[in-house]
Amino acid sequence: MTNGRTSNQALPLPAWGIRLESRKVDSETGAIKKMPPPGELIVALKQNIGVPAETIVQPGERVLKGQPIAIASRWGLSVAVHAPTSGAVMAIEERPIPVAGGGTGESVIIEPDGKEERYAGYVAQMNSKRLPPPQIRNDIMEAGIVGMGGALFPTATKLNPGSGIQALILNGVECEPYISADNALLTERSDQVLQGAAIMLAALDCDECLVAVKADMAEAQAAVQAAIDALGDDRISLVVVPAFYPAGGERQLIELITGKEVQAGGLPWDVGVVCQNVGTAAAVAKFFDEGEPLISRIVTVTGDGVGTAANIEVMIGTPIVDLVEFAGGYTDDAAGLVMGGPMMGFSLPHDQLPVTKATNCILVAGQAELDPSVREMPCIRCGECARVCPAALMPQQLLALARGPDYEALESQGLQDCIQCGCCDYVCPSYIPLTSRFIEAKQGLWENHLVSQRSALALRRFDARGERLERRESDRSDELQRQVDEIGPAGEIDADALRQLKQRVKSKIPGDKT
Amino acid sequence: MKFASNAAPHWLGAESVAVLMRQVLYALVPALIVLVWFFGAGIILNILVAAVVALGCEALVLRIRKRPVGLFISDYSALVTAVLLAMSLPPLTPWWITATGTVFAIVFAKHLYGGLGYNVFNPAMVGYAVLLVSFPEDMAAWPLPRNITPDQQTLSLFTVLQYWATGSVPADVTVDALSAATPLNSVKGQLGMMRTMPEIVGDPLFGNLAGHGWEWINAATALGGGWLLYRRIIRWQIPTAMLAGLLAPALVFYIVDPATHPSPAFHLLSGGTMLGIFFIATDPVSAAASNRGRLIYGLGIGIITYVIRNWGAYPDGIAFAVLLMNLAVPVIDRYTRPRIYGHGA
Repeated sequence: MTNGRTSNQALPLPAWGIRLESRKVDSETGAIKKMPPPGELIVALKQNIGVPAETIVQPGERVLKGQPIAIASRWGLSVAVHAPTSGAVMAIEERPIPVAGGGTGESVIIEPDGKEERYAGYVAQMNSKRLPPPQIRNDIMEAGIVGMGGALFPTATKLNPGSGIQALILNGVECEPYISADNALLTERSDQVLQGAAIMLAALDCDECLVAVKADMAEAQAAVQAAIDALGDDRISLVVVPAFYPAGGERQLIELITGKEVQAGGLPWDVGVVCQNVGTAAAVAKFFDEGEPLISRIVTVTGDGVGTAANIEVMIGTPIVDLVEFAGGYTDDAAGLVMGGPMMGFSLPHDQLPVTKATNCILVAGQAELDPSVREMPCIRCGECARVCPAALMPQQLLALARGPDYEALESQGLQDCIQCGCCDYVCPSYIPLTSRFIEAKQGLWENHLVSQRSALALRRFDARGERLERRESDRSDELQRQVDEIGPAGEIDADALRQLKQRVKSKIPGDKT
Repeated sequence: MKFASNAAPHWLGAESVAVLMRQVLYALVPALIVLVWFFGAGIILNILVAAVVALGCEALVLRIRKRPVGLFISDYSALVTAVLLAMSLPPLTPWWITATGTVFAIVFAKHLYGGLGYNVFNPAMVGYAVLLVSFPEDMAAWPLPRNITPDQQTLSLFTVLQYWATGSVPADVTVDALSAATPLNSVKGQLGMMRTMPEIVGDPLFGNLAGHGWEWINAATALGGGWLLYRRIIRWQIPTAMLAGLLAPALVFYIVDPATHPSPAFHLLSGGTMLGIFFIATDPVSAAASNRGRLIYGLGIGIITYVIRNWGAYPDGIAFAVLLMNLAVPVIDRYTRPRIYGHGA
């Protein structure tokens, strides 16, 4: 799978992508800190790709730590949601949630009671790796586990590709600056990650696992290798990936490690690979080995605007304001709040939003850490954007097409393949907000599809109506013909009867001149 | 606590267009110094005229088009066009000729197509081509470079100024001093008169490898070009391809018949070759977009330059070669799109 490379050999640097300062020094030092429950937990019901979970608790009810409070909906891709700690359900209501573009989501509001009393419904399973795969997947879904690299794709579904999986890649690359949650996880809890890997291998019926770590994460590499050696499982090996951005993008990572390209519109399992975040693997291990569903995650809190940068294990639903408080509070230099890293993270308008399963980093940026928005110039066709694009697109071309907008050309020139990594923005001398334009264009493309689908439907309905009317017309003329035939040919007309008929008709119709 | 929102990415790593353009200007300084050394201060006067006219025209047109004047004036692109045009013209060109060329370059070739980023043709080369066909005699009027012969007449600064301003000179200035042949011109003319290359290059007009003075000018230009490559202001594709396009036929013909074809070194180091390779063909707006497209573009310019130099009517063909390849850019772009990740393999 690694094209003849032995593990631990660093892979060559590709031509695309950009080099960024890692700025991870601040939060790398120090162990993962555990944050106690805050005053209020806002647990969103939709923390996955798909449809929200459906609540099974009522306001006023007491819940225990790890108790399911919402189950996966039947109406689409969905996962369960659990109470992060014991306490009382105060309300179930719409609250602002941290998604790009803002918005609210229905959330279960829990007031922790500080006792951390555990739910007894889930128990540790010693023979997890020998369970039948459907059982493993069912349990993972039960545990509410989704992709924790930020995509929130339901893990159980991802572990159900059918046969023919040749490799499981555990993505610990974490290529964005500042973020070191996965790095800390690998440094301190590699054994848990590998346990999760083994369970996933069982679910996939696969026998090779590659743990991908970035070249400049020396401690994590050492820890992973030590854990692999201690485990003695020769199915699992370490792969070192060059330190550049965006090496950790799923498709890019697969191409780097295996040399295979996932076709447009396809999925990694088409090339025999399944890619999971290391945090997801740790969550899987936690559920099977300790009986704890996904109720907390490691979040990097960093930036000039926060007192002490750190990697903190936070309960899902913790308001960001409390998280920042735990990390030492705001400094005078807090200028911006970003969920994620500086390349793909989105701005948060305020800190009353909760941590979700997708929150890998809270960047409280100082003035100097956010580049000010600069006046845009026209594109000078320098070609730097195409040089760095991980998807080998031509952003300058897409920009021109997006101005049309020419949706057909946008689609054929790969707009849907844009991973929104921001590399093109980063190198553009005209400071054109390319990524934002492409996101807009994608939305326009989607709406355009919708419109053309509806048009096609309307056309079909129109044709059907035409046919129906035609049919009715021909049925009616057939019926008339049949009646005429029944009555027989016209005979002599009785003049008296005719005169009487006319009188009758005249008396009924006012003003008729017959 | 509330915060201002911005779109991702929040880090921007590129230097602005203005910074890029300024680097191009700095890279032209070595060439400028050597040009002035060999051909006198006329070049400086031309640059001044071109710069003033360029910025003035750009401001005027931007105002008419209701565009932000300050934003676009300060991007230095008009200045680069002006300097490149001025450096391509003969040093004694009277000011009205320089000004005309600049107006055509800025107003017609750049702004009437939409301004920065939208010009189809290289503006400096459009200006040059217009002057070439409108003022053919003046465009061929190169003075002798310094130190060709011990008794050549050097022109005083006053004479230069007078010619620049009025187009006329004091009676004691000979015609030769004002308009001698350039090495390229000389080669073309004398080959036409059935002389052979070894005979032609014996003339004091020629230095070691190419024309006297011209070799140094091209070398200095190449130095500046190397700086641009190092700073990644330009990329290697166009310069290398144009070099190859010019050198390959030159080499072939020189090997086949050295008596009637100048050497490849001569081609490289005479006329505006290095300026064309590093500064003119690399104008990103009018060049092809993809890497493969740029190789084809550069190659085409090199080949057409050689064709014009060898068989065409003009001594140096770079301007027309660039303009002809500019025409071809949309087709080149259409057929050299990179293969997108995940589409075929």
